[in-house]
Amino acid sequence: MTLEQTPLNAAHRAMGAKMVDFGGWDMPLHYGSQLDEHHQVRRDAGMFDVSHMRVVDMKGEGVRDFLRYLLANNVDKLQSSGKALYSCLLRPDGGVIDDLIVYFMNEMWFRIVVNAGTADKDIAWMIEQATIRAPQLQITSRNDLAMIAVQGPNAAAKLWQALPEAQKLAEGLKPFNAVECNSMFIARTGYTGEDGFEIMLPAKAAPSFWQTLNDAGVKPIGLGARDTLRLEAGMNLYGHDMDETINPLEAGLAWTVDLVSERDFIGKAALVTKPKTRKLVGLVLQDRGVLRDHQVVHSDHGDGEITSGSFSPTLNQSIALARIPSTVQIGDTVQVAIRDKMLAAKVVKYPFVRNGKGLI
Amino acid sequence: MGQKETDGTITVGITQHAQELLGDMVFVENPAVGRQLKAKEECAVVESVKAAADIYAPVTGVVVGVNSELSDAPEKINADPYSAWMFKIKPDNAADVDTLMDATAYQTLVDSEAH
Repeated sequence: MTLEQTPLNAAHRAMGAKMVDFGGWDMPLHYGSQLDEHHQVRRDAGMFDVSHMRVVDMKGEGVRDFLRYLLANNVDKLQSSGKALYSCLLRPDGGVIDDLIVYFMNEMWFRIVVNAGTADKDIAWMIEQATIRAPQLQITSRNDLAMIAVQGPNAAAKLWQALPEAQKLAEGLKPFNAVECNSMFIARTGYTGEDGFEIMLPAKAAPSFWQTLNDAGVKPIGLGARDTLRLEAGMNLYGHDMDETINPLEAGLAWTVDLVSERDFIGKAALVTKPKTRKLVGLVLQDRGVLRDHQVVHSDHGDGEITSGSFSPTLNQSIALARIPSTVQIGDTVQVAIRDKMLAAKVVKYPFVRNGKGLI
Repeated sequence: MGQKETDGTITVGITQHAQELLGDMVFVENPAVGRQLKAKEECAVVESVKAAADIYAPVTGVVVGVNSELSDAPEKINADPYSAWMFKIKPDNAADVDTLMDATAYQTLVDSEAH
C-alpha cells in the first residue's frame, strides 16, 4: 500500500526524521529523540506537521442552524468572527464519530478541522445530514491546505520572527480564536497544553514556511512527542479515549456537550436517557513501570481499562487516562495489571501538566 | 544481545539496532541475582516511551549480576548500549555459548532484514 504524504514529507526526511506509517500517512515519529522534542515544546518552541488533519469549509445560508443540530457542543457560543469551539460529532446513539474544532468566520462560513483517520467518514456523514436538512450548503474538503502547529512558551515570539506581517493581526488573539492573514489562517489553538498556534496555509507554501520557522529556532517535533504532550495536557485522542462505541459523557467530555439549552442535536436523546456507569480519570503509577493502552484497571468498584498510557517526560513517571466505574473516587488507589504483576496507581484529576508545570 | 566474558559468564544487553528501534528508554526491569533461567525464557523488560520489549535469556543458566545503575538511568542504554549492560548469566553448559550469533553474523541479519 502506498502511504499518503504531506507537502512536508521531503523536509522531514532531510531533517533526519524516523518515518512511520501513521494511519496510512507517512509521518515523522521523531527526529532523533522523542524525549528531547517533548522538553523542547515545554521549555521553548517546536513545530508539528499536522497536514494529515483535514480542513472542511461549510458555506451557505443557514450554516449555523445546521451546525446547531449536527454538533454536540453549541455553536451559538460562537458570536465573534474567528472564535473557535471544540465539539464532538455524534451518532444518533451517542457514540463519537469524531472530535473536531469548529471556527465561526461569518454567517455564511464556518470552518471545521477534523482528524485524519476519520476525515472521509466525517465528510460523508456531514453531506448525508446536509442533504436532508440543508441541501443548499456547500461542504468542501480543503485538501489543498497544509497545517503546521507551532507550540511552546516561546511559540509566539518565534512566530513573529518568522512571520513579521502576522504579528499585528495575531498577537492579540486569545486562546481559541483565529484570524486570516493573507493566504494563511492563524488559530491560537493546539494539542500540547502550551501557548501556540495552528496555522493553515496553501500546501505549496508549506515547505518554505517550515524552513523559515526552523531558521527562527522552532525545532521540528514528531508525532511521538505530540502524543506524550497531549496526554500530559489531558486531551483526548480519538480512537483511544473515545470512538463510535463510547459516548462523550464516558470520555471526560461532558463539558463539551450542551444538554441545558432546548436545542436538539444528533445524539442528544441517547445521552439524556443512557445511565452513566463509567467515567474517564487520570492515573499516576505509584510503582516503577509504564502504563499502556488496554491494560486492565482493578478497583473495589469493578474493572476498567487504560485508554491512553505512557511515560510523562515532564513528571518523570508514568501516567494514563483510564475509563473506570463512576463510583471510583479521585484519590483512590487502583491496581493495574502489567504483565504478570499488579501495580498501584493513584486516581487523579487531569490535566497532569499545563504551561510547563506539573499539576500532580 | 549476549557477550561472552573470559570467566565464562555471558553479559546480556540491548544492541545498537534495538535501541534505535525502541527509542528513548524510560524503564528497565532486570531478573533477580540467583534466578535460574531457561534458554529463551522471558526474564527482563525494557520500556521506551514508545513501547515495551521483552528480553529473553540467551542460554540456560543462573543470573550472577545485574546492572542496577539502569533502574535510575535507563537512558544510558540509548547513549551507549554496549557498555550499559543489563545482566550477567553463568551458563549451565559452557558449550551453549557457541550457539549464539556473533556481532558480524547479527549485523548481516539486521542488514538483510532492512532490505
